[in-house]
Amino acid sequence: MKLMAPVICLLLFTPAFGKIIPVGANEAVKKIGQAVQAAASGDTILIKKGVYYVENVIISKPVTLLGENRPVLHGSDKYEIFTISGTGVTVKGIHFTNSGYSSANDYAAITIIDASNFVIEDNILTQTFFGIHVANSHHFTIKGNRLVGKTKSEQTSGNGIHLWKCSNAVIENNNSSGHRDGIYFEFVTNSLIKENVSHNNIRYGLHFMFSNDDVYSKNTFEANGAGVAVMFSKRVTMNENIFENNWGPSAYGILLKEITDSKINGSKFYRNTVAIYMEGANRIEISNNTFRENGWASKVQASCSDNNFHHNNFLSNTFDIATNGSLVLNKFSDNYWDKYEGYDINRDGIGDVPYHPVSMYSMLIEQNPNSLLLLRSFIITLLDKAEKAIPSLTPETLRDDKPRMRQLAI
Amino acid sequence: MLYDILRSKVIIAYTLFLFLITFSLFQLEADPGKAMLSVLNIVLIVVPLVSMVFSTIHYFNSYEFIELMLSQPVSRDKVIISEYAGTALSLSAAYLVGVGVPVCLYNFNATGISVILGGCILSIIFCSLAFLASVKSRDKARGIGAALLLWFYFALIYDGLILIILFTFSDYPLEKLTLVLSSLNPVDLARIFIMLNMDVSALMGYTGATYKDFFGSGTGTIYTFAVMLLWIIVPLLLATRSFRRKDL
Repeated sequence: MKLMAPVICLLLFTPAFGKIIPVGANEAVKKIGQAVQAAASGDTILIKKGVYYVENVIISKPVTLLGENRPVLHGSDKYEIFTISGTGVTVKGIHFTNSGYSSANDYAAITIIDASNFVIEDNILTQTFFGIHVANSHHFTIKGNRLVGKTKSEQTSGNGIHLWKCSNAVIENNNSSGHRDGIYFEFVTNSLIKENVSHNNIRYGLHFMFSNDDVYSKNTFEANGAGVAVMFSKRVTMNENIFENNWGPSAYGILLKEITDSKINGSKFYRNTVAIYMEGANRIEISNNTFRENGWASKVQASCSDNNFHHNNFLSNTFDIATNGSLVLNKFSDNYWDKYEGYDINRDGIGDVPYHPVSMYSMLIEQNPNSLLLLRSFIITLLDKAEKAIPSLTPETLRDDKPRMRQLAI
Repeated sequence: MLYDILRSKVIIAYTLFLFLITFSLFQLEADPGKAMLSVLNIVLIVVPLVSMVFSTIHYFNSYEFIELMLSQPVSRDKVIISEYAGTALSLSAAYLVGVGVPVCLYNFNATGISVILGGCILSIIFCSLAFLASVKSRDKARGIGAALLLWFYFALIYDGLILIILFTFSDYPLEKLTLVLSSLNPVDLARIFIMLNMDVSALMGYTGATYKDFFGSGTGTIYTFAVMLLWIIVPLLLATRSFRRKDL
């Protein structure tokens, strides 16, 4: 027993007591590459404050790279800075800048490939092509990083956080701007995107394809060229996100295309051209959301079915719902519509006449977009009133049978 | 002249009417943005109508006074222009007090300012259209008839015609044409000017972007005001020319 105690202690503390290798202008090791070569598993490389010109350091053993007072790692506008593979790597507190650009390769400040159980935390990435590029990796965390891209055209800029073929990732509390897509997911499963801010990106704030069983919640997507796109995915849960100021000819709060069995709950859509655009979307539950001052709160194309809009607030939107056909396979109930003009005789808080959220004019615009110029004109008001009395163009079955009289507390 | 019109019961009633309606709209709606929508409807329908009818009636009511003035050594231009200035000023003053004050109190932002400005200019434009209609007509009944027809045309029929054109020629690119067409109607021009501040999100849609780019730009704003100015000056010039030769 006397012998066992120190052995157990040794076993317990080995990872924490790995060697610390300081790197800096005044240290024995001057280059990060040398330090990584010299390091053994479990060692910590402490990078002192300073500017380091780095040509793609390859890290394939479980080491921790820790920045002291945020050292700057400079890629000379030519090289990738880190390439990480293997398991158990941690990168923390470093400023990466000026990584290379290539039109043939996806150069990134931090490239991660075939890795697992790594942590990328509290770094700043500026003037990068791709920020953090992760491929074929599992069980990892990317947290608290700030990424600012070089804003150029859609073709010549990369993505902030780019995940391809990953699983069990946690992307948390990052701030991504000035990229093509702020956060990019392709073939990523069972992952969580939480409390990130993605703004002023050229294309999408979040681009999501072929990724099933993911959750994204409490993120803010603001002023991105085209908002957020969720496509070709199943079982995606979207909770309490904020989508705002996504304006433009093809900008959406969320673009849903070929997506099934998903949920959009408790989100806020504020001042988007189209808050939710749905095409080929099936079995999506949209509830407890607030749509305020959007051009269109929702455009539901006739190719969507079994979607359920319930308990949402529709406030001050130019158009509530628009559609492009007369076939309606979606359900609307228990929503509050500020344009509702019905009454409630039995005072149960539910309007006694159904509300038709599709106005005649929104159908006209679908057919002839130029007629948008007549918005708010007297003749359009008259036509809408006439259509309400005798419906002819608008789909009769698209209606909310239980419209709320009062705004829902969400 | 101006003082006389300002004292007239009709103008005071008009001011009060505008004030009460706008004020109660803001009181009834919790959301000032929604109230602004109803105010917009007042601006686009009521203001042109009242300006038209009031100016016409006023012109014919002061017909004898005008004749008296003309027997004095004053030029005809001076008489008609001062008559016009008095009416237009009092109408826009009524609008500024009636709608401007509540809007400033409840919703003083870009939309509010554009509503105030738009309505004010519409008052002046329709006053000058009314003068043209009255000078050209022989008696009061015909004058009011012409004024009502003009109002009906600008407020309703014109947009209907645009809609017909848009649907008949929907296979052709019509962006430029609709831009030109809309500037041929002061009500449409004012509406677009106000809407650019009000429905920014919807206007940013892919066709809307064309209009937003044009009307929202500096050149667009100058263009809008220039065309509105033309809508004030041209009918007034025509009216003075016709008044000069008119056998009273």
